Amino acid sequence: MAGQATAFTAPTPHQSPGLPGLSLLGFNRAQSIAFLLLLAVLLVGPFVLYPVFLMKLLCFALFACAFNLLIGYVGLLSFGHAMFFGMGGYVAAHAAKVWGLSPELAILAGGAVGAVLGVVSGWIAIRRQGIYFAMITLALAQMVFFVCLQAPFTGGEDGIQSVPRGNFLGLFSLAPDMNMYWLVAGVFLAGFLLINRIIHSPFGQVLTAIRENEPRAISLGYRVDDYKLIAFTLSAALAGVAGGTKALVFGIATLTDVYWAMSGEVVLMTLVGGLGTVFGPVLGAAVIVSMQNYLAEFGAWVTVIQGCIFVACVLAFRAGIAGEVGRWLRVRL
Amino acid sequence: MDAILETQGLSKQFLGFTAVGDVSLSVRRGSIHGLIGPNGAGKTTCFNLLTKFIPPSSGSIRFNGRDITRMKPAEVARLGLVRSFQISAVFPHLTVLENVRVALQRQRGGSFDFWRSDSVLRRFDDRARELLEDVGLTTFAQRPAGELPYGRKRALEIATTLALEPTMMLLDEPTAGMTAEDVDRIVALVKRVAQGRTVLMVEHNLKVVEGLCDTITVLTRGRILAEGPYAEVSRNPEVVAAYLGSDPSIAGGSAHG
Ligand SMILES: Nc1ncnc2c1ncn2[C@@H]1O[C@H](COP(=O)(O)OP(=O)(O)OP(=O)(O)O)[C@@H](O)[C@H]1O
Ligand SMILES: [Mg+2]
Repeated sequence: MAGQATAFTAPTPHQSPGLPGLSLLGFNRAQSIAFLLLLAVLLVGPFVLYPVFLMKLLCFALFACAFNLLIGYVGLLSFGHAMFFGMGGYVAAHAAKVWGLSPELAILAGGAVGAVLGVVSGWIAIRRQGIYFAMITLALAQMVFFVCLQAPFTGGEDGIQSVPRGNFLGLFSLAPDMNMYWLVAGVFLAGFLLINRIIHSPFGQVLTAIRENEPRAISLGYRVDDYKLIAFTLSAALAGVAGGTKALVFGIATLTDVYWAMSGEVVLMTLVGGLGTVFGPVLGAAVIVSMQNYLAEFGAWVTVIQGCIFVACVLAFRAGIAGEVGRWLRVRL
Repeated sequence: MDAILETQGLSKQFLGFTAVGDVSLSVRRGSIHGLIGPNGAGKTTCFNLLTKFIPPSSGSIRFNGRDITRMKPAEVARLGLVRSFQISAVFPHLTVLENVRVALQRQRGGSFDFWRSDSVLRRFDDRARELLEDVGLTTFAQRPAGELPYGRKRALEIATTLALEPTMMLLDEPTAGMTAEDVDRIVALVKRVAQGRTVLMVEHNLKVVEGLCDTITVLTRGRILAEGPYAEVSRNPEVVAAYLGSDPSIAGGSAHG
């Protein structure tokens, strides 16, 4: 985490009190500007790019932000986040198709199953440190994968198909991509802001202390396992929301989203974007999803190119896009 | 004697190696108690045992009339038995002020409110500044703690520990690696904050021990070798031999005393 260290210690000259205060929602000045840019992209995006592409991107961006909450702000590397994303997708798809729930409730169901899975798997995993934590989350995710492969409700290899998008609040049809887009953008924004609030809350302050020096946090009387479990559960719930939203966008939930490779992908997105930065995971998701989209014609080469990017990031851009740009501009993004 | 902290036959084995063996320690309420001994004597291991950071192989620990032998470290801290670490323990990327505030924040209880803005923590800023002033860190308040020079980090650690208003503090070599000037400041500080508290401190600098401690326990190879007031213990031939045999710098220090 050496790269991360520099990102955090970068001086922030723009924050001097003399400057007119541009600071929204607890963001610093640079972050506020980045946030306004993000809002602009969200608003203008669907008129310039394919809404379906953007929706996919936003689902993954939320997934990566949820993952980053753990790795970047608690220092826990989960290698099983696909279980929350994928299961969120299955449950949302099932809820919308079989139970006939409205889309917002289906998405919330996806988040709820993420939270439940998160409490259980987190409770098992947080007792272990470092690589053991990662291995346990991976093992649990594999178990969830096999359950999904065998359980009747997930439809095995076929997945759950032709899931209806339904009507938002029972009123607005989400069948047109543009309508669906605004829901997805709203879900993303809500998730993004919630994560930002968590980071800048009294709870987030304790999380940071735990990441920085766990024994010291314990010696101050903090029951660190409780904080880790809550953070893990929040992260899992948001990953479930992201997966549920994606299932509704594409009308399908399949094994791909619970497969271990999906857990790897979210690690990649977060690393490429810059772990422990607020905007990094969004950028990382944008890069990876765009690559997959526009390089799709290269087939298997996409994986190879991704691998190269991963290696390049680890070797050269430790801090990821947001981290490096932040260092370059001497701000914290 | 009114003992605030008492151990009975406290032992810790690491793979058959006895780091702490059969230690029965009794710390009087309101005293400053020194724990000294050569390198590897088991002082830090004792601290780890007392604060429950590691489980004892055998023996029991009582603090303030309660058996804490089976408690978790965070619970022990909540009872008012708070430690510092031999290797300075700060939160490096938090500011100096935030470091202290994280400790003050404990007054709010769990702080599980992840939906609330951390601006509610500003109400601790004044108290945090007072504590920083106490240890001479006012001018560093907004700097990341990781950038502080070593001696200042130790001072910050004491301020953070004090923020919890502990009944008893365990300080593991608070003056190690400090310049003479810093040492004097810390000694004065410990003396001041020990009012109304109990302090158990590990300290290699025997001049500091002599100046501060009411009672001293000497540990060698995990066992208690001697106990009593400084003047008495420093004349104990066994203690002198133990020091001469292991750590000349410390033996030199004892010559001052
Ligand atoms: N976790 C551990 N596993 C194995 N051995 C340990 C462990 N912790 C301490 N020891 C051993 O126990 C002995 C006592 O160590 P301890 O750190 O308590 O000594 P100390 O008195 O604090 O020494 P110093 O003055 O150097 O700080 C040493 O021999 C050390 O190697
Ligand atoms: Mg030690």
